[in-house]
Amino acid sequence: MVIFILRRLGTMALTMLVVSLLLFLLLELTPGNVATKVLGPYSSQEQRNLWLEAHGYFEPLWVRYGTWLGRFVTGDFGDSIRFKVPVAEVLWPRLWNTAILGFWTFAVMIPLSLVLGVLAGMREGSLLDRTISVGSIITTSVPEFASAVLLAAIFVFWLGILPGTSAMSGGFDWVQLILPVMVLVLYDFGYVARMTRASMAEVMTTHYIRTAVLKGLPYRRVILRHALRNALIAPFTVITLQINWLLSGVIVVEFFFAYKGFGALLLEASLNQDIFLIEACAMVAVFVAASTQTIADVGYTVLNPRIRFA
Amino acid sequence: MSDEAPLLEIENLCISYFTRAGEIPAVVDFSMTLHAGESIGLVGESGCGKSTVAMAIMQYMGSNGGIVGGSIRFKGRDLTSFSARELRRLRGSEVAMIYQEPMAALNPSLTLGSQLMEVPMTHEGLSQSEAHDRAVEMLSDVRLSDAERVMDAYPHQISGGQQQRVVIAMALLGKPSLLLLDEPTTALDVTVEAGIVKLVADISKKFGTAQIYISHNMGLILETCERVSVMYSGEAIEDGRIVDLFERPLHPYTQGLFGCIPLPSADKNARPLTPIRGQLPLPHERPPGCFFGPRCDYFRDGLCNRDLVPMEPSDEANHQVRCLRWQEIAAEIQERKVVGRERIEVGEEVLRATALQKYYPIYDRSLAALISGKGVRYVKANETLDFGACIGETVAIVGESGCGKSTFAKVLMGLETATAGELNFAGNEIGKSPVRKRSPQQLGSLQMVFQNPNDTLNPSHTIGAQIGRVIKKFGVESDKAKIQERVLALLDTVKLPRDFYKRRPRQLSGGQKQRVGIARAFAGNPKMVVADEPISALDVSVAAAVTELLMEIQREHGTTLLFISHDLSVVRYLADRIVVMYLGQIMERGTTEQVFAPPYHPYTEALLSAVPIADPNVEKREIVLEGNVPSALNPPKGCPFATRCPRKVGDICDNEPPPHISDHPRHVIACHIPLEDLVKVEPVFSTVPEEAAE
Amino acid sequence: MTDIAETVTPAPSAGSAFGRAIRSFALIRESGAGMVGVALILFWVFVAIFAPLIAPFDPNATLQPFAKPGTVYATGGTFWLGTDHIGRDILSRIIWGSRTVLFYAPLATFSAYLVGILMGLAAGYFRGKIDEVLSFIANIILSFPVLVLYILVIATIGASGINIVIAITFASAPGIMRIVRGLVLDLRNRDYVAAAQTRGESSWHIMLVEILPNARGPLIVDACLRLGYVIITIGVLGFLGLGLPPPDPDWGSMINETRSMALAFPHMTVFPCIAISSLILGFNMLADGLREIALRD
Repeated sequence: MVIFILRRLGTMALTMLVVSLLLFLLLELTPGNVATKVLGPYSSQEQRNLWLEAHGYFEPLWVRYGTWLGRFVTGDFGDSIRFKVPVAEVLWPRLWNTAILGFWTFAVMIPLSLVLGVLAGMREGSLLDRTISVGSIITTSVPEFASAVLLAAIFVFWLGILPGTSAMSGGFDWVQLILPVMVLVLYDFGYVARMTRASMAEVMTTHYIRTAVLKGLPYRRVILRHALRNALIAPFTVITLQINWLLSGVIVVEFFFAYKGFGALLLEASLNQDIFLIEACAMVAVFVAASTQTIADVGYTVLNPRIRFA
Repeated sequence: MSDEAPLLEIENLCISYFTRAGEIPAVVDFSMTLHAGESIGLVGESGCGKSTVAMAIMQYMGSNGGIVGGSIRFKGRDLTSFSARELRRLRGSEVAMIYQEPMAALNPSLTLGSQLMEVPMTHEGLSQSEAHDRAVEMLSDVRLSDAERVMDAYPHQISGGQQQRVVIAMALLGKPSLLLLDEPTTALDVTVEAGIVKLVADISKKFGTAQIYISHNMGLILETCERVSVMYSGEAIEDGRIVDLFERPLHPYTQGLFGCIPLPSADKNARPLTPIRGQLPLPHERPPGCFFGPRCDYFRDGLCNRDLVPMEPSDEANHQVRCLRWQEIAAEIQERKVVGRERIEVGEEVLRATALQKYYPIYDRSLAALISGKGVRYVKANETLDFGACIGETVAIVGESGCGKSTFAKVLMGLETATAGELNFAGNEIGKSPVRKRSPQQLGSLQMVFQNPNDTLNPSHTIGAQIGRVIKKFGVESDKAKIQERVLALLDTVKLPRDFYKRRPRQLSGGQKQRVGIARAFAGNPKMVVADEPISALDVSVAAAVTELLMEIQREHGTTLLFISHDLSVVRYLADRIVVMYLGQIMERGTTEQVFAPPYHPYTEALLSAVPIADPNVEKREIVLEGNVPSALNPPKGCPFATRCPRKVGDICDNEPPPHISDHPRHVIACHIPLEDLVKVEPVFSTVPEEAAE
Repeated sequence: MTDIAETVTPAPSAGSAFGRAIRSFALIRESGAGMVGVALILFWVFVAIFAPLIAPFDPNATLQPFAKPGTVYATGGTFWLGTDHIGRDILSRIIWGSRTVLFYAPLATFSAYLVGILMGLAAGYFRGKIDEVLSFIANIILSFPVLVLYILVIATIGASGINIVIAITFASAPGIMRIVRGLVLDLRNRDYVAAAQTRGESSWHIMLVEILPNARGPLIVDACLRLGYVIITIGVLGFLGLGLPPPDPDWGSMINETRSMALAFPHMTVFPCIAISSLILGFNMLADGLREIALRD
């Protein structure tokens, strides 16, 4: 088991390494481009050469990569071109904001989708099941930017009970979190609920559930003790991977509601060709994604006795 | 027969399923009376409704099934009048069930102990420790050694036979008065099956439970039950005492079934099997009058296809039959019309395996392996195989799961290559040549028939296209029209209508698909055909038809047939020579007569005694094997069978590989026991003397 | 002995491939959800094909800014859905926008499938080194959150129709590869594959002729769902400003351009939202319907 986890972590490290190399090649291959982006298109060739010299850009490629990687791992991401401060100063607070947003989204989404999914799967084909299924399909058909628009139209413009932006300029205000969380939950719960429903429905048709019923066990016990244990293994993996999805989803939501989060930062950085910021953001995003995949893998192994005690 | 009130009374039961396509009557008029402590067998082929009856007793027919007629009374009360609560109390404590696939019937995420303890805790309100003790006691009653370890284990950590014992224990913990057994041994190996069968028989006596034993295997029913009810297409068509029915079946279907079973008295040349013609009608297409009519040799137009046939008493006590003509045909029916055939000439040797070895490497990535440096272990699937087959012969390779017979087939076909040794076929050394390296002629001369009829054909292509491709590939024909002609000719040979050419596998039944598989194998005029358990997945009557077909084609073409199976009854019927394998090695080989008579290898002996025989005139010696097959990763140093051998001589069996002893040329046994002692062993099968048969 | 030929209930004969396609299309009628989905999709396909005939105005013509829905235009015609801040008729832009979506989305999905299926077949059938390499590449790509990947790629290679197709192919192929690989790993153990191997068929024949047709069930369902995702992606990219360059009417960018004015003129943003949601809904319902039917078989 320990060996398995170590190997997974090793794979993760290797993936991160390859990704970092690709990013580095993508963005910093030609020193000329870097200098232009940093100093602006109006800088002179001489200025650029001076800058490049000072930052060691005339070294061989692999040396540049090595130093960059070394600095990166210790938290020195360079300076943001746009914000004119070290990248780290901008990155971590924004990441924290997104974490808050993510936390609340999951806090609402997980219980909602699990409960609905289990209820729907337990009574496959019933009216409840059909309602939940159709509801899930409809909500996952409305992209976030569209639901953001529609929800804003209802709650901000028509009812006027929620703020239209979530810039949090006056310090932390939880009311401003409501709409972004609502948009994210609305889109995502349908998917998780459907996966849970499918898993539950499948478990309900297994022979061991039949055995449990024919043993004369009370229905409650059959569901809670026999069914859920097996039905919730797949949704666990799905939910863990939703963290990965979240990093994509927040981009649109943060952009729409002007929430100062990580997603909006990445978007801004890309649109403005802020190289070092892009690198840092991308690496962080990949790190989170790779970690969640590893956790999902390990978790699935731990939860499934057939694999754990092979 | 006691006069007390019956435990279970089923009267004219009718069960239907309600689907989108309408009402499908699964059971039509089924009656049965069961007293306490009795055991009755319920026999029939797939689709006859036997499992549905069991589910009806449990009142668990799914959301779309229901009883539409008749009644089921348990201890006097009608089961449909039970409230949900009463049903819950009934299930697991008064009526318990044992299932076909034990692995699927157990919850993979709960320990076996907790699953066992639930029963007394729910039904008798025992505390956890009391339930624990009761469970451990029951586990030893079902003869599971190491009960404490089993309590803490998960289902996948124990073997199939052990799982079934746990399921049996779970059923018995509720102290039921009625036990329903739904094909409990179908998924198990023969020797394991024998152990379970014996256990079930003993339990019945010890706990006094009544049993309904559902099976398609007549031999099993003979060994476990006192009475039997035969079902066909939703109806019980004959029931009575076991011995009465087996010695003197009155219904043409029952008689037909016996003609499909390879009894020891059968002989593929002199007394071949007599399959039942026609096919089981679909539930909504049952013929008017007698359901079996269209397939019956004694069908009388105007009589048998008019009204529904009722169950009538016969001339023997408690022996009923659903046939209008039973009296007229009673005498005729006992004489089976058998058409004998000539033996085929056996030619020269065409296949010879010499010291053939196949190991699979397993790469061990655990910490322990890294430290010790032993990163690779080997699954020793085939170890020094030595045998041969001649032209026109049928050689059977027999063994239970894990013995290596499928691996050998793969090496032969080129799907795997041998690790060492030689394999010579028709003059060519093919052991080391994978499929890629063989010429089309070589490929065409060695073909295979597969086990699972559902997987043997590609679901996305038509039958004609699939067979045609084979013909084209082996260069038998190249002209499109000629290919089509040949395909149609092959369809004729396997007795399928020509218009199946355009059909897709989805539209065929299991038996028909298997026939197409056979047609495909013979398309290239092969010298040798390997049949890997070709009939294991088929119903009795369908299997008989397919077996006879195979025999016929083989005799026509003079092909050598390598028949892999675990079913010794079938093997005895159609094999000329037998090779018995255990854990990758050959334990005994010889002609069928030689293998089925002493001297036996001890494993052969145990295997033979485990085979259920559907003939009340045959008596078997009982040999039950304990323990499990050792892992192929770590086979015993000496004789592989040493760990379980009831005739183990001593340490020499564990330490030294056994020598090959033989009493005839081509009859070889690998055993440490001296030949003289083996010759003196009593035969496993003996005929019961006439007087004792009553 | 009488003929043993068993007869099975006569099933409708297979017929030509076209006939079979029509018949399986008709199967959809068995699922309510599927029918709704098909209806929605066909509606938009119809709109896209007949755009020049249906659209009342030129989608890029700046006519009358901020007109409310139902306003009649001075020189003839009605702005059924109003106009945007520059004066372009929303209805016409939605109609022409459907062309853009229904051109690029299937193209991108198809190209992603082409690459994904080839990779998945090779990885699942050959296994060993090929599988390890392909899976490693797939894992690298899949370790990027999807939108992050798109942003990085588009920001680097620039936004254009063909670039979006390339980006979508690049980002979706690994996911498809995983699905195909899983299916192949399961199917390669079937006896009919072994039968094909023992008659010496080439690997690619086995992969494409023996295995792939039997994987089409789950793949078709996935394709419908994926078309939905791709449409969302195109919409999001348009919304974020990384989509097709203007002035081509792209539903996503339409929404983005007008959202700041939604306070007073919600129609400018809401109608394109409904349009894109309905199309995606169509694909999702179709996928669900297909899945239902497949399960019922």
